[in-house]
Amino acid sequence: MPKNKTLNFSVEVQQNVEQFLYKQADILDERNWEAWLELFTNDGKYWMPAHPEQKTGDGLPNIFYEDRYLMDMRIRRVEHPYAHSQKAGHRTSHVVSNVMIESEDKKNGNLVCSSRFHMIEYRLEKQRYFGGKYTHSLERIDNSYRIKLQRVDIANVEGPFDYVMQVWL
Amino acid sequence: MPYDQDFDLSTLVEDDRVHKACYADEAVYEKELENIFYKSWIYIGHESQVLNAGDYWTTWVGKERMILCRDDKGGVHVLYNRCPHHGALICNNHTGNSGNKHAFRCPYHAWQFNMDGSLRNLPMKDGYEGIIDLTDPQLQMKRAERQSTYRGFVFASLCKDGPDLETWLGAGGKSAFDDICNRSPDGECEIVANCFRIIQHSNWKTFLENQLDAVHPSITHHSTGDAASQMQKVYTKETGEDPPMGYQFLADFALPYEVWDSLDTIGHPFGHTQLAGYMGLRPRDPVTLAHEKVLTEAYGKKRMDEILSTNIHHVLVYPCLSVQPPLQQLRAVRPLAANKTLTEIWHFKLKGAPEGIYERSLAYYYLVNSPSTMVNADDLNNFRAVQDGLSLTGGGDWVSLHRNAGQDTVENGITTSITGMSEQPMRNMFAAWKEYMSTGA
Repeated sequence: MPKNKTLNFSVEVQQNVEQFLYKQADILDERNWEAWLELFTNDGKYWMPAHPEQKTGDGLPNIFYEDRYLMDMRIRRVEHPYAHSQKAGHRTSHVVSNVMIESEDKKNGNLVCSSRFHMIEYRLEKQRYFGGKYTHSLERIDNSYRIKLQRVDIANVEGPFDYVMQVWL
Repeated sequence: MPYDQDFDLSTLVEDDRVHKACYADEAVYEKELENIFYKSWIYIGHESQVLNAGDYWTTWVGKERMILCRDDKGGVHVLYNRCPHHGALICNNHTGNSGNKHAFRCPYHAWQFNMDGSLRNLPMKDGYEGIIDLTDPQLQMKRAERQSTYRGFVFASLCKDGPDLETWLGAGGKSAFDDICNRSPDGECEIVANCFRIIQHSNWKTFLENQLDAVHPSITHHSTGDAASQMQKVYTKETGEDPPMGYQFLADFALPYEVWDSLDTIGHPFGHTQLAGYMGLRPRDPVTLAHEKVLTEAYGKKRMDEILSTNIHHVLVYPCLSVQPPLQQLRAVRPLAANKTLTEIWHFKLKGAPEGIYERSLAYYYLVNSPSTMVNADDLNNFRAVQDGLSLTGGGDWVSLHRNAGQDTVENGITTSITGMSEQPMRNMFAAWKEYMSTGA
């Protein structure tokens, strides 16, 4: 198996991780919510800190900090027939790139990887742009990965925000 | 359609309806800045935002950009964010610290100012000799015309004259801050140094009116209320435990009309308005019991009971604040245009109270007030729809405030609504608006 000499991670692992991140972006853009929840471990979390230097989401203000239950609640809300603000139609498109494996536990295949994303959102005849960094803590399960923690550092973290974010970035 | 400026502004407001120009006309908006935002007291920030010497935060009063800062003797100041030399903004970040010398330094020509705005130093002093005295006030950063603090909450007025802060707040306005601070055994709160800022594409009044509109929650927030109720059940089924209290905060948004009906809205002078009732935050959980214990130790049981029985869900300090004291939330309203409003969203810790009380506040701050809010997403969407509709030329000119009009009880200048769903809060705020706009009071 060829090795990435500088980082010492196999090309196969790199490819698997990239495919996983692309798949996640596609699930989000396709609003495939059932598959979205399955991306996460049972105790998995989606976290967008309110400050770049934040080390934890616990006990501090966050922009997003959701376990499966809160994610499930958010899905039920946006799909509810009376979610008025979703009526105008809502579409996103993600590009994920610059995927780097930061560390890997060779024993169980769990790893931490970082990547960059650009995302456009279309709603009410207007387009918005977001960009930032993902840091995924992935667990190797059943020949694939599941997300233990996804940290999302958006470039415009300090705001101000024009309108709000109804679903995950 | 620009509003005819020769027309008497006070005719835009009737007892039970208001003209759309109040919300959508830029000329009316300019008059509001002049007669309301530059005359009344405006909330700037909390003293604990600037804990250390040199700390600063920037904010807005109308179109004026202001600085809240602390000097090295502990003094808190409100200054115009403008260099007296060439007019540049001195603080170009939302927040920061002015550095080791506790002095602002203009990025253009390095004029330096103490935190009270006085001139500290400048280059090429020779060039001023015999021309102007360097202690001349026109070479200082200008201070707000008036500055006053109530229980740590700092206000400024850009008008030399007018009632003092406590008179202006009155019992209604003061209740916002008393009800937060009294819940601390030390009688004080401290701000959490995080400000979520969200832009609303709507008039500033629309937001304030919505805060005390008890008819909208079950309709606007139906989806979130349903989703939260469903997840309460799922959570308990899967974990065997009670769901987090935050789920109840959201489920409450879909309460039936009868519950909203039983509340009171109370109108105070200067447009300050309260919503009483709604969220009894005294469940018998360990956190509440621990809170009762520390308050009893500090104040005695009788006073503890009084403090925790105070059930004010919401206080509007007109025209600039929406405060939810039992949840320690504060939203400051900064109008940017007739159709554009910035909200600055903060929350507080109660000094000496159990950590669990803060966790409740944090849960509300996240679920309702963060940029990923599952609640305000629908409010902001409504506000935008209202603004777009009110900006139309045809289709009608008036906004209806008829619900329960004429049925409110007025006693000693205090108006109490017959039902929580009355449009009394809107009428009360517009009565103050009319007063400000017609007399410039």
